[in-house]
Amino acid sequence: MPRVGLFITCVNDALFPATPKAVVQILERLGYDVDFPAAQTCCGQMHANSGYKKDAATLAGAFEDVFGAYDAIVTPSGSCAAMARDQYPHLIGSDIGDHVYELSEFLIDVAGVEDVGARFPHTVTYHPTCHGTRALGLGDKPLRLLRAVQGIELVDLPAADQCCGFGGTFALKNSEVSSAMLADKCRHAADTGAEYLAAADNSCLTHIGGGIFRAGGPRPIHYAEILASTA
Amino acid sequence: MSTRIVPAASLIPADAPFPKAAKVALGMPQLRKNLAHATGTIRAKRANVAGELDDWESLRDTASAIKADVQHRLPELAVEFERNATAAGARVHWARDAQEANEIAARIVREAGADEVVKVKSMATQEIELNEHFEAVGLKAFETDLAELIVQLAEDKPSHILVPAIHYNRTEIRDIFDQKMGDAPKGLTDEPAALAEAARQHLRRRFLSAKVAVSGANFAVAETGSLVVVESEGNGRMCLTMPRTLISIVGIEKLLPRFADLEVFMQLLPRSSTGERMNPYTSVWTGAREGDGPEDVHVILLDNGRTGVLADEVGRQALSCIRCSACLNVCPVYERTGGHAYGHVYPGPIGAILAPQLEPGRHDDLPYASSLCGACYEVCPVKINIPEVLVHLRQQGPHQAGERAAMRAAKAVMARPRLWRAALKAARIGSMPWRRKGFLRRLPWPGSKWTVSRDLPVPPKEDFRDWWKERQR
Repeated sequence: MPRVGLFITCVNDALFPATPKAVVQILERLGYDVDFPAAQTCCGQMHANSGYKKDAATLAGAFEDVFGAYDAIVTPSGSCAAMARDQYPHLIGSDIGDHVYELSEFLIDVAGVEDVGARFPHTVTYHPTCHGTRALGLGDKPLRLLRAVQGIELVDLPAADQCCGFGGTFALKNSEVSSAMLADKCRHAADTGAEYLAAADNSCLTHIGGGIFRAGGPRPIHYAEILASTA
Repeated sequence: MSTRIVPAASLIPADAPFPKAAKVALGMPQLRKNLAHATGTIRAKRANVAGELDDWESLRDTASAIKADVQHRLPELAVEFERNATAAGARVHWARDAQEANEIAARIVREAGADEVVKVKSMATQEIELNEHFEAVGLKAFETDLAELIVQLAEDKPSHILVPAIHYNRTEIRDIFDQKMGDAPKGLTDEPAALAEAARQHLRRRFLSAKVAVSGANFAVAETGSLVVVESEGNGRMCLTMPRTLISIVGIEKLLPRFADLEVFMQLLPRSSTGERMNPYTSVWTGAREGDGPEDVHVILLDNGRTGVLADEVGRQALSCIRCSACLNVCPVYERTGGHAYGHVYPGPIGAILAPQLEPGRHDDLPYASSLCGACYEVCPVKINIPEVLVHLRQQGPHQAGERAAMRAAKAVMARPRLWRAALKAARIGSMPWRRKGFLRRLPWPGSKWTVSRDLPVPPKEDFRDWWKERQR
């Protein structure tokens, strides 16, 4: 059994404990021993993508110190996994990113399972987040895991591949353009009539959810929470 | 009945930073409708024809490798091009910047005994503002590409690399022709065929009387000294074959080593730009030939900031661009703001990495005009990693002082696990008054930039760390 380290991400650490809990439950259900190194903080993505290379390198170095000893580092964020894999090599000359797996990569590519024994009798629409889909190349992995969930009814999200407009500090620096993108995403999500909008990144879901709370529409949920559900 | 023409570019505050210009553009419902419709249509066409080639990905890899090779050997390829083009009867000129290129072109026009030129659609001449320079020195330049003609008649600026009049719909185009063309037929309708016919009649008179034509080039082949223009309407072919004198202004990054390299790019370019398997007209010419086309053939090789871009190992991939515009058409930001908001002749994702590099110290706001969604990189036929360059350029600075301080503070906390945990706890306690509601609806600046359209969740009572600690017992 590989030694699995859980990287919960700073956003989940601060706001969404249910998601990393779900990851622990799924991995333990599959027989993995999961460790949560308490010294973890942030992968450095916000600093890197906002142009603060040195600060990002400091945080990336700290990440490597905390997770260097694990065979596999699992994280419920396509964006943070992509940060480690794409940016750490030239940021700190580290290939630790090769051992960082977004949850669906770990489940399908390492554990070799699609059906994780979940049950979720609800209608769900899925938004493929940009970094997970494009930078990490997740393809339809999260969706394949969702398709295997008992009782779930998946509804296609129109213009699913369009960015929700989050983009980290983009949402603040270009607030108006970001809001215009968000409005379209929320409208498409509401049009599905689904109960839940699932995605592989809680930062994107904070953004989309923040819009949906006002405009109405499906409830945002990290897909790990669906996979953990046995209701 | 037609409404008065107001140049679209004049509605966007000139030299305004992108967020401000974008806000103005977002407030124009007709513009957004025109853009969404047009980009959506081309996007679907591109996806369709790119998808039907099994070797699309290897074509992209090959094109990317050829362009990287060109960047590594640019000086020798430029000299090889000059030698071969000269041997074939062309005159090759070297222009360091826009000023030099414009002066050389104007001099050639005068020496040909002309005071006006017809033009093939060309981004290089837009970049150096050739039309404006000509006007200032008493020469006239007439655009002959349909969309460029529309833009020129409207006294507007292009808003897209490939389809510069993308921001106009056909009713607006009818009004532009009606009021500005001078020889538009009476009772002109907004039927596409009627509009095209009016333009054709108007342009025909220009082609027949022009002594000099000005073009750019999509490719310049070093091995043979040939230039290539890829177009759809045939106006380019008219310009390239009828006038006696031809001036082509070509960015040095357009060089290709071998004629055979065209095989790769001619598959990628039409599919990526107009979404066609093959474009209607491809003109290739090598120097001058007596009794066949222009006899007085000039090529102006243009630097205008390109060698500076070449010096940046990450940023230089922007020079691989073949101006197909696929990145504009898939960009969620471009789709909503249009090209004028970017304040540069190259808008969209490629403009966001090209403009600040071509003009260092300017357009610092453009690398931030992206959510880094990566849709541009996914479609780029020469595989320019646009998100990578955007981040790279953001890392060059400059950074606003307040933001710098906030980022430094965040780093200081995140780099110390104990401080980080204390900060999380403080946030949980501090947000207690909003716990029951679960979210914040209104925050003071700069948080207001978030809450303008989204609620912000507050931290829950118990965090993951408490839960983890509890179950470890």
